Amino acid sequence: MSAEAISENGAKSEFWQGVRLSMPVVVASAPFALLFGAIAVDNGFTVLEAFLMSAMVFGGASQMVGIELFGQHVAPWLIVLSIFAVNFRHVLYSAGIGRRIAHWPLFQQAIGYFILTDPQFAVAERKAEAGETVGFAWYLGLGLPVYVFWVIESALGAVFGRLIPNTHALGIDFLLPIYFLGLVLGFRKRPLWLPVVVASAAASIIAYKTVGSPWHVSIGAVAGVLLAVILPPHHSGVEAKP
Amino acid sequence: MSTTLWIIIAGALATYLTRIGGHLVISRFENIHPRVEAGLNAVPAAVLTTLVAPAALTAGPAEWAALIVTALVSLRGGLMAMFLAGAAVLVLARQFVG
Repeated sequence: MSAEAISENGAKSEFWQGVRLSMPVVVASAPFALLFGAIAVDNGFTVLEAFLMSAMVFGGASQMVGIELFGQHVAPWLIVLSIFAVNFRHVLYSAGIGRRIAHWPLFQQAIGYFILTDPQFAVAERKAEAGETVGFAWYLGLGLPVYVFWVIESALGAVFGRLIPNTHALGIDFLLPIYFLGLVLGFRKRPLWLPVVVASAAASIIAYKTVGSPWHVSIGAVAGVLLAVILPPHHSGVEAKP
Repeated sequence: MSTTLWIIIAGALATYLTRIGGHLVISRFENIHPRVEAGLNAVPAAVLTTLVAPAALTAGPAEWAALIVTALVSLRGGLMAMFLAGAAVLVLARQFVG
């Protein structure tokens, strides 16, 4: 067997190893993909547009925010800016994962950054921390199923969402704040978590009441981040390196 | 092309910019200032909080009950358990208080 064939087999098993790890994410994101499709059509998107948004943006929270503002007839550039603001957290992931995948060919890196979601980042970082190489085949195995199911389920939600009789009674309109609260609480072990949450909550509420949506997201986020920057580093758990 | 399609394309480009931007910026520096790092660490909690707080403030008793249960379950359970518990309480409470 040639060396090339051996490495090809290795890549295949790496890919399927990634696929196995992707399954919990596929299951957990399914309700949100269906929900996105349903809400998108409800707010005036066509089925094709809902499908395209999931295929091109591939970011659940930002898609929900975008569709919500679209339904409120907010100016298009504000919708795009809001999508950018909600997705701004990916800058952090991007900065972190760069070290792990710098050895890939440029085209593979371009794909890698496209499918960089919250779980993708978390699972890949864990692999890297364990001292293992983050290979492209493994990374693609982890991300591709999530992407494919996300897009298909969005379209299904768009087609069949109209069949859901009473979305208010089913609580669909408030499921996301619940999910986001869960995510916020998931970061509670981080230094400065409580001050940051309090600052962001207060600033976003004030901005929501005065400046209005969608600025409250950016203004609230900036308030929390600035607080972490301003407080002395020994509070934030980030020590200056000797 | 429709306005909707433009929004989708621009939104996709903006999103890709965030996914590649952090790497492009950070790869130009050898060291990250501790304060910048502290700010970056605060990003997830800061952004996600803004998606909850105003919604919670303008909601009613059913939603508040759901958020409280979500917070309580978070002390022990994982993200999925939290979400399912909060959603269950919301659906149940809305049957009574609308």
